Amino acid sequence: MELFTPDFGLVFWMFVAFILLFLALAKWGWPVILKNMDQRADTIDKGVEYAQQAKQQLDNAREEARKYMEEAQARQAEMLRDVAKMRTQMIEEAKKQASEESAKMIEAAKVSIEQSRKEAELQFRNEVSKFSIEIAEKMVRTQMKDDAAQVKLVDKLLDEIEKN
Amino acid sequence: MKRILTIIPLLMALLFSSTAAYAAGAHEEKEESLDVKEVIFHHLGDGYGWEVPFSHVYRIPLPVIVRAEDGKWFCFSSGKLSMVTVTEDEATGKKHEELTPVIHTEERDGKKYYFYIPHLTQHKTKVVQLIPEAQADADADATIAGSHPHEVADASQIEVAGKEFEIYRPFDISITKNVLALFIAAVLVTLMVMSVVRYYKRKGLKAPRKGMGFMEMLIDFIYTGVIKSSLGAKANKFAPYLLTCFFFILTMNLLGLIVIFPGGANLTGNIAITLVLAVATFIITNVLGTKHYWKEIFWPDVPLFLKFPLPIMQMIEVFGIFTKPAALCVRLFANMMGGHMIVITLTLLIFIFAAFGAAALGASVVVSVLFTIFMLLLDVLVSFIQAYVFTLLSALFISAAQESGHHHKDGEGHDEPAAIEA
Repeated sequence: MELFTPDFGLVFWMFVAFILLFLALAKWGWPVILKNMDQRADTIDKGVEYAQQAKQQLDNAREEARKYMEEAQARQAEMLRDVAKMRTQMIEEAKKQASEESAKMIEAAKVSIEQSRKEAELQFRNEVSKFSIEIAEKMVRTQMKDDAAQVKLVDKLLDEIEKN
Repeated sequence: MKRILTIIPLLMALLFSSTAAYAAGAHEEKEESLDVKEVIFHHLGDGYGWEVPFSHVYRIPLPVIVRAEDGKWFCFSSGKLSMVTVTEDEATGKKHEELTPVIHTEERDGKKYYFYIPHLTQHKTKVVQLIPEAQADADADATIAGSHPHEVADASQIEVAGKEFEIYRPFDISITKNVLALFIAAVLVTLMVMSVVRYYKRKGLKAPRKGMGFMEMLIDFIYTGVIKSSLGAKANKFAPYLLTCFFFILTMNLLGLIVIFPGGANLTGNIAITLVLAVATFIITNVLGTKHYWKEIFWPDVPLFLKFPLPIMQMIEVFGIFTKPAALCVRLFANMMGGHMIVITLTLLIFIFAAFGAAALGASVVVSVLFTIFMLLLDVLVSFIQAYVFTLLSALFISAAQESGHHHKDGEGHDEPAAIEA
């Protein structure tokens, strides 16, 4: 039965040892460890949070970059389209201008042709009238070689005047 | 893991051999009959010296500190209380060593004090002072020191050299085997904890690896799993006590499983140790208990007839205050002592069966070694579980005494641990 009766000496030393151990560890051991573990857990939590934030930011940045890229691409496409449009427009315009110009030139040419035709006509008429006068003169000269014919003519002309 | 697997059979072998040596000694002493009970109780109990491995007579001497009948303190080596006698067998020439108790004499102020460790009379295996019936007799007789006393079982007197001596059990705070083991365990726990602290001081917030990482894992396991979950906001107030409890018990348990010198003492299987631990929990629970806790004991929320004319509930609750730590004390004690006892008994089976011949001996060696290994492995698990359960239940008792609000639905705190009891 000695197993079930606590021995005083052992109780005494156990009490002393346990109290000393407890006091020593309660002062220098456990608080330091618990505090440190807590702090580390906090640091890790913060680190995780930071990493998550960083990832979020990175994702955001990537998203933004993607957006910028897309925008740039869109703008590029737009610019290209604009350029193409402008080109065609310019070509159109050039064509139009060219045709207008040519039309004008044709017009001008027509006018000048008309003019020169008129001039030529006028000249021709003058020539013709000069010729006809000369012819008439020659004819008159040949017909009026005798006096009788002259008198007859004068008579006739006088008749005509009288009639008028 | 491989190392553990090699260490355990080694430890087993050591246990086996030391028990074998002891049993062999007992065997020869009592001729044919092996005193199983004595071997078991010797291994479970305390001693004034620490057994040296592979020898059943030599002991590491430890200081004996006693207060004699007249209030004088004495401190001497336990080696002086026993003597190794070597006898040579005439027929075989074999030397036989035997450990026999002797009377140690101390002289102080002209008065002689006799100390002795009786083996049959009252207070057996404890240091006692022998007080002569007549002072003159003792002083005159200088030969007492060397002589062998004649002991009668359970007597309160002892006869030395024809003279009667009164047996007086002095106030004894000797550094026995268990006390030294206790100190070793305390120093080990301090070293383990302080190594972690030193690591933190040196390396800041870096996580420790390997052994220290394991230590930290255990601390965290107990702190978050047990203390924080049962005590909540008050965790930090009680954490030092509970953590000290856990690591001290765990270290003592595991040291007890190691068979040779630094271990081998059946510490937590000694009721004195568990008693102190349980009393500590009892004091912390009740001294720091809240008003609400005491109100629940002396005026619990039950129908009036249960508490008014006859204080039935009060009686039950007050009884409960004492039974809870008592259960703590007995649970740890019984579990650890049981484990040790089973291992020793299994080992002793070999010597019991040896009497039936070689075949029985061979078979019993195989069976008992296998079972012993299994039991020791189980004891490693039990060591951890019991340390854990003690801490868990202490935490629950303390937290039950820390209730302050009106969420008293879980006030039946003492029913909860009953379910966990292993």
